[in-house]
Amino acid sequence: MNVVNNKWIGQRTIRPDGVDKVTGRAAFAADTTMPGMIWGKVLRSPHPHARIRSINTAKAEALPGVKAVVTSRDIVDFTIEKGAVMLGIQDMRWMCRNVMARDKALFPGHPVAAVAATTEAIAAEACKLIEVDYEVLPWAIEIDDAIKDGAPILHEFNKFDGKPSNIMGRIESKKGDIAQGFKDAEIVIERCFSTRPVHQGYIEPHACLISVAADGKTTIWSSSQGQFMVRAMTSMLTGIPQSDIRAIPAEIGGGFGGKTIVYLEPLATLLAKKSGRPVKMVMTREEVMRATGPTSGSKSTVKIGARKDGTIVAAHGSFYLQAGAFPGSPIRGAVGCSFAPYDIPHVLSEGFDVCSNRSKVAAYRAPGAPIGAYAVECVLDELAEALKMDPLALRLKNAAKEGTRAAHGPVFPRIGYIETLEAAQNHPHYAAPLGKYQGRGVASGFWFNAGGESSAQVNITEDGNVVVTTGHPDIGGSRAGIANICAELLGIDYKRVSVIIGDTQTVGFSNLTGGSRVLFASSMVVTQAADKVIATLRERAAKLWEIDPEAVKWENGAAHPVSPNAGQFEPLTLADLAEKAPSQGGPIGASVQLNTQGAEGGFGTHICDVEVDVDLGIVRVIRYTAVQDVGRAVHPSYVEGQLQGGVAQGIGWALNEEYIYNKDGKVDNPGFLDYRMPVCSDLPMLDCALVEVPNPKHPQGVKGVGEVPLVPVMAAVANAVHNALGRRFYSLPMSPPKVSAVLAAPTQQAAE
Amino acid sequence: MPKLHVTTSVNGEPVEFLCEPYETMLDALRGQLGLTGSKEGCSSGDCGACSITLDGRLVCSCLMLAAEAEGHEIRTIEGMAKGEKLHPLQQKFLEHAALQCGICTSGMLVASEALLAKNSNPTEEEVRFWLAGNLCRCTGYDKIVRAVMETAAEMRETAR
Repeated sequence: MNVVNNKWIGQRTIRPDGVDKVTGRAAFAADTTMPGMIWGKVLRSPHPHARIRSINTAKAEALPGVKAVVTSRDIVDFTIEKGAVMLGIQDMRWMCRNVMARDKALFPGHPVAAVAATTEAIAAEACKLIEVDYEVLPWAIEIDDAIKDGAPILHEFNKFDGKPSNIMGRIESKKGDIAQGFKDAEIVIERCFSTRPVHQGYIEPHACLISVAADGKTTIWSSSQGQFMVRAMTSMLTGIPQSDIRAIPAEIGGGFGGKTIVYLEPLATLLAKKSGRPVKMVMTREEVMRATGPTSGSKSTVKIGARKDGTIVAAHGSFYLQAGAFPGSPIRGAVGCSFAPYDIPHVLSEGFDVCSNRSKVAAYRAPGAPIGAYAVECVLDELAEALKMDPLALRLKNAAKEGTRAAHGPVFPRIGYIETLEAAQNHPHYAAPLGKYQGRGVASGFWFNAGGESSAQVNITEDGNVVVTTGHPDIGGSRAGIANICAELLGIDYKRVSVIIGDTQTVGFSNLTGGSRVLFASSMVVTQAADKVIATLRERAAKLWEIDPEAVKWENGAAHPVSPNAGQFEPLTLADLAEKAPSQGGPIGASVQLNTQGAEGGFGTHICDVEVDVDLGIVRVIRYTAVQDVGRAVHPSYVEGQLQGGVAQGIGWALNEEYIYNKDGKVDNPGFLDYRMPVCSDLPMLDCALVEVPNPKHPQGVKGVGEVPLVPVMAAVANAVHNALGRRFYSLPMSPPKVSAVLAAPTQQAAE
Repeated sequence: MPKLHVTTSVNGEPVEFLCEPYETMLDALRGQLGLTGSKEGCSSGDCGACSITLDGRLVCSCLMLAAEAEGHEIRTIEGMAKGEKLHPLQQKFLEHAALQCGICTSGMLVASEALLAKNSNPTEEEVRFWLAGNLCRCTGYDKIVRAVMETAAEMRETAR
């Protein structure tokens, strides 16, 4: 740990981009225009499953005002036979077919063609003039429908168990021998669960503005969780080399994983190239709901065996997750994270990736982990009840700790899971009295966290201030964390540090804002760059004082002799050395590019109180406390914000949010009125308890914090509902109609 | 049909613009008037990111026709700070970290200001129900509600 004092780390500073965002000055993706700009619109399939026999764009192209039309013919094809072409976790064979349907349309909303015209209205009119000859095919949306015998097959080339199938793959994590484990058990509980697809729900729809010059030089202005991902995918899908694409990250209006892939950028680039005009595309909310995200719906079975003293001896989970139109559901998160908080000798956790006729899933906050944890943590609640144990005590008895080998592979270093359980046990919330129809539930959760590639530049300005450039779009306040760390390292006022997000052609490669990696990874590269800058500053002072650089220390924003023995010199401040830079060796700055390692997983434990309106079936969360091992809270307010935001999303997932399909296989609630995310009056204050067990592998002790907070929530709410009503729910959401139905059913049946 | 000519006032300044009959106030603000602080999250009046006031009344500008601005007074997020001096709500939102991505922030602030103009001493419940028309997906609303309550308390103190 190279930070010992804490003047800025841990302070609730004003974020660098704050004033822009409270005054309306911040420029999000849809906020920019260019001279000569025209508008792009997408024609989308009305069918859940259809073969595209032909597309005729002649009438659309003839409409006055239309400047370009593109179809899949214009997009680089990654053929299925040639095998996977991976970009991160995305296979470009599926990406090229997701941005524009090729031989088949696989969900209602699947792009079929795109038009650019002088106005949005003309572009929309032109879309209606495109003639698509569809051969409508039978379709399947729900998992059971997609995996049953005779199900319509989305991808005919795929075989599972030797037969054509919509199961695109299976993974497993294994430890010990579950057959032996269940033999050792004195009590076994096995339950099945289902969850519905839910959308990330970012308030900013996808948008971009793209200009392509006559020589192919391309400027992309868009909202994403990674400008480098935008550049790479656009390059691969259009054939324009990456060196010719400058992807500028606009301020991003929420992502939660949903903006880790492209939808519009390749289409707008091709439209701009064809038309010679800058093209702007902005999705409507309905398009966002029909054609982007969400995360998987799921079907899970979890079986846990324990001794009568509460020692868990065996666990088996099988998780079927909807991938949507193309393979790639987050089974890894469900399989790997579900049992990770526990030290269990015999574990088998398996995941099945199931395609069906709905939009391709995108990452959503700890992808897959909340689905798995919902099932596991609900079974643990039943186990605690059956054993007459306190549910936190049951978890403590089996908690993973330093040295525990997780079923997904790693042996945990020093982790803070036990600390979160103890903090929850000791929290006043856990002992607070409950009233009639009120109940309390607890649950824990784990997320892998991530490191990976990051780049940063730290430059000293001529007037002795600091500009830090990183490559990660800042969604939740990461710039504030970077500024705190940089001010700390350089020993200067926080306000003298300006943090900006560079575009693809001005800062080194930086991987996605995702996996809870941004502050972990970017503070590593910023720390190394700041260390290099400090070394330069010490050398400059040493040269001026004509002493050895080793005899100079950097403290409180200035160079000092390490001791009186080194000589008697007045300190040289950052401003002094910046002023002298031209004559002393030139500009001062450093850049660092790293593939960061050492992101350790994160754990959280949540306590939830609910009150049920038994007449209306409405469940209200009345008190909530999220406890999490956050490593080091560099900016506590934004750490709390991550916890609170994750909890709110989980409450929505638990109680109301779901995709509802009509009989034609189309989403029936593609707007915020009917897709019911929590509003302000739905929620109580969301309390946070930050446990800080520093990550030993990070210079400031940072652990990712953004994703863990969603993982335990649905189970915590479900366990609270059970505690309030004495009835268990095995499917989400626990919306008023479902709660009313269970309350109206005879007790025996409801408990099944 | 020719475009309509609209004469109105935006943030205290006289403004004229041309619009299509079907264009919304949000389209006019973000397009013709270049005021992109008001955001479009849904265009159905559900998210509140486009909140403005019309003669002091809180409205979703995506549900208002641009032509309806004729002769009225519009206020937007861009008019909230007085020069370099932030409105107390803006300052308190920054201090409380009551924003993450910031896409809902303009609407939240405009709605909160409209609340405090009507009710200088709102309860937590009143704040929550007033802001129920402004979706935020990042914060869970906790810090927003605290920021509004604390601003109200400070403004009452100052007004004394």
